[in-house]
Amino acid sequence: MKKTNITLNVNGQAHEANVEPRELLIHVLRDHMDITGPHVGCETSHCGACTVEVDGRSVKSCTMFAVQAEGSEITTVEGLGNPDKLHVLQEQFKEHHGLQCGFCTPGMITRAHRLLLENPTPTEDDVRFGISGNLCRCTGYQNIVKAVLSAADIINNETEESLA
Amino acid sequence: MIPGNFEYHAPESLPAAVGLLGELGDDARVIAGGHSLIPMMKLRLAMPEHLIDLRKITDLDYIKVEGGTCTIGAMTTQHTLINDAALKTAAPIVAETALQVADPQIRYQGTIGGNVANGDPGNDFPGLMQCLDATFTLEGPEGQRDVSAREFYEAAYFTARDDLEILSAIAFPVCEGGYAYEKQKRKIGDYATAASAVLLSKGADGMCSKASIAMTNLADTPIYCEDASALLVGSSLDADTLAKVVTACIDVIEPVDDNRGPVAFKKHAASIVLKHAIDRAWSRA
Ligand SMILES: Cc1cc2nc3c(=O)[nH]c(=O)nc-3n(C[C@H](O)[C@H](O)[C@H](O)COP(=O)(O)OP(=O)(O)OC[C@H]3O[C@@H](n4cnc5c(N)ncnc54)[C@H](O)[C@@H]3O)c2cc1C
Ligand code: FES
Ligand code: FES
Repeated sequence: MKKTNITLNVNGQAHEANVEPRELLIHVLRDHMDITGPHVGCETSHCGACTVEVDGRSVKSCTMFAVQAEGSEITTVEGLGNPDKLHVLQEQFKEHHGLQCGFCTPGMITRAHRLLLENPTPTEDDVRFGISGNLCRCTGYQNIVKAVLSAADIINNETEESLA
Repeated sequence: MIPGNFEYHAPESLPAAVGLLGELGDDARVIAGGHSLIPMMKLRLAMPEHLIDLRKITDLDYIKVEGGTCTIGAMTTQHTLINDAALKTAAPIVAETALQVADPQIRYQGTIGGNVANGDPGNDFPGLMQCLDATFTLEGPEGQRDVSAREFYEAAYFTARDDLEILSAIAFPVCEGGYAYEKQKRKIGDYATAASAVLLSKGADGMCSKASIAMTNLADTPIYCEDASALLVGSSLDADTLAKVVTACIDVIEPVDDNRGPVAFKKHAASIVLKHAIDRAWSRA
């Protein structure tokens, strides 16, 4: 099948690739662009390890063709923070033991990021429901929920301080 | 899990998409959110040679509440349905249902048009649309036509939609009275073991003045329970009537034995979700 050239805007940078239309966004990010934050867990739209943000929506990138994301703004966990400057969510996952093996973590953090943008003051139930598309085999979720709630508190306090 | 090869098209208008589908014929499928189609393509249960993506047709993404009717564009996502203030007032049962579909990520992508056009008995919106007495608008090479949701579903994956038609809009009357969508599922992100959509109105005399019941994933199509709905009207929802209503619904469903349980269990689950839905709808009527 004919390949096609696409440009994806990932974490504020344009990336080009020559792809078959059937190539999934997760594979193009990982294999063509070397953006390996989003993971391949189930490849069947269940686990959320592949979660990225596409135009302000949390998307399972194993269930979108890369050609469908042409022209969209994509954010992966790499776009949120880096080892020198962690994102608040990353810091709080570290602080609260929100990860063990870490396989689900990029998807969890990317999803939690969008959740807090849409609902900056979530209850525990809101967090659990909001991350229900992300599976974790290790933590039992308790510490992930704590980390997200704690990140929300910190973000809200910072906003209050900056307004004061 | 690699889908078969296909050629990708992303037309910018509905007439262009209808034209393209007419030209490419049976070898082409439209793709909306892709969250039913891509999983099927990975399993090679669907192997279209052409995909016509509707994502650039932004005028299929709208919610309008006007003159007693809600009209929703086919490309409106489940996430949008949950967050639309006008729809929450006009037909709160839509958000209640959408919140029970799949998981957050899937709801950002999955569209109402894809959900009702798909024809999978597991989808939640077809039963809801039958309960709401919705009308689907289809656009094809021969023009536009409307089909009632209650006549749309023929068998699993077979609907009244011709292969060359695109579903453009869904319309239903603004809801009055009480409502409930009750779904039994094994876990979040699962299709229904049994689900029931109920709308009930209460007259000035305290009796039920209007009723509509539909059931999800309990046959190879959604089931609108006409007889059971009629039994409720004029009653006070007394125990005797409720028992008859449940029997009338169980009589018209045809669940099959599968990984969600044997037939007897599904009938039991159906009767429970139905009773819960009726209770909740009546408490809100
Ligand atoms: C893990 C998982 C769990 C899920 N759980 C649920 C659930 O609990 N309940 C539920 O209802 N759904 C569930 N879904 C399905 C989800 O809601 C889908 O998004 C929805 O069924 C289809 O919508 P779509 O926009 O993704 O359609 P697509 O996948 O793009 O299309 C589905 C079918 O409809 C056709 N089509 C799409 N749009 C149109 C149109 N406008 N005109 C004509 N034909 C069209 C396509 O050609 C295709 O055949 C789940 C999906 C996944 C992956
Ligand atoms: S890899 Fe995409 S949801 Fe599991
Ligand atoms: S930390 Fe191992 S899967 Fe979540």
